Amino acid sequence: MANPMRIRAAVKDGFTEVRVLMSHVMETGQRKDSSGALVPAHFITELTAKHNDKVVLSAQFGPSVSTNPYLSFKFEGGAKGDKIVVSWVDNKGDSRSDEAQIA
Amino acid sequence: MRKTLGMAALAAMLAGGAQAQSTADEIAKYREMIADGNPAELFEMEGESLWKTPRGPKKATLEQCDLGQGPGVVDGAFARMPRYFADTGRVQDLESRLLTCMETLQGIPASAVVDGDWNKGERKTMDALAAYVVTHSRGQKIQLDLANPQTRRMYELGKRAFHYRSGPMDFSCATCHGEDGKRIRLQDLPNLTHKEGAIAAWGSWPAYRVSNSQFWTMQHRLNDCFRQQRTAEPVFASEVTVALSVYMAATAQGGVLQTPGLKR
Ligand code: HEC
Repeated sequence: MANPMRIRAAVKDGFTEVRVLMSHVMETGQRKDSSGALVPAHFITELTAKHNDKVVLSAQFGPSVSTNPYLSFKFEGGAKGDKIVVSWVDNKGDSRSDEAQIA
Repeated sequence: MRKTLGMAALAAMLAGGAQAQSTADEIAKYREMIADGNPAELFEMEGESLWKTPRGPKKATLEQCDLGQGPGVVDGAFARMPRYFADTGRVQDLESRLLTCMETLQGIPASAVVDGDWNKGERKTMDALAAYVVTHSRGQKIQLDLANPQTRRMYELGKRAFHYRSGPMDFSCATCHGEDGKRIRLQDLPNLTHKEGAIAAWGSWPAYRVSNSQFWTMQHRLNDCFRQQRTAEPVFASEVTVALSVYMAATAQGGVLQTPGLKR
């Protein structure tokens, strides 16, 4: 199972800034290991962020994104204590969902 | 003709200098951009949960581990390491002390780490544990107990080891880290014999390395520098590695820790 994400969210002047660190190998499928064998592709393909139950960000990821990706974005609205849920799915069907409260 | 050559060489040198400068600036800019997203935090989270998870033959957690500030006290512990521990009768750095705790509390033999491979098994566990502990000294001042005679002895040993030339290239640590403004390829080399360079280096390790997405402890950093020196690989947590750490930390005394760091 995938390791947890670290999510931080804070509201300021009517905007909520969300910062997410994901734990993922993000293998491109182009790399070879020390014995010359191709390392199979393994990367996040889709990411969704919700504020309470409303989707505020939906993104497609690909092999060009780095290992252990960092994502930061802002949306209008949000109040202290509201729930932020971030979920991703990868090309192997593995997934992860974590939540945080807006500070 | 001679003059033209000289001029060309000078121009090349200047261009090289400018390029190095801009690379350092670009790395600094990049570091700033992702400063609040240092993936080291992922290792820290993992380390915190490992700290509290019963493991090993004794099925115990590390919550009673004494890092020098009393059993279970993590806050500020790394800022005072390496230090002398009366129970083992040795000066220990963070990694060797964690080995002691894993062995005595959990029954995990030190050999599981010492004879292991980087980024695998118990060495990987060690990386995460170190990330957790050093985060709780971030922003604190490096304060070694240099009045302790055992620590003094290790400082003298470390200083000697730092300047000891060996290997086919006859390099010492000081060959690469004993002068200001040196670089290898495009990597700036900190002068570890002076306070400023020592603070920049000691104060930012262990660190997450962006170039290979790995978290490295100081033990790993030192091992790789022995390799760069083209000399024999040191044993994990051996006396010479701890002595070198005492020398670097003592030179950085009073500086503020930025741990865990973020490196290229
Ligand atoms: C052949 C040159 C060379 C020698 C000899 C060498 N190093 Fe290094 N050292 C480097 C390079 C290059 C880097 C930067 C690596 C990088 O950025 O990938 C480095 C990085 C370091 C760092 C981290 C600095 C920072 O600010 O992040 C420390 C600490 C260090 N070396 C200690 C030592 C010690 C102790 C020795 C002796 C055992 C030693 N080095 C020997 C080349 C050398």
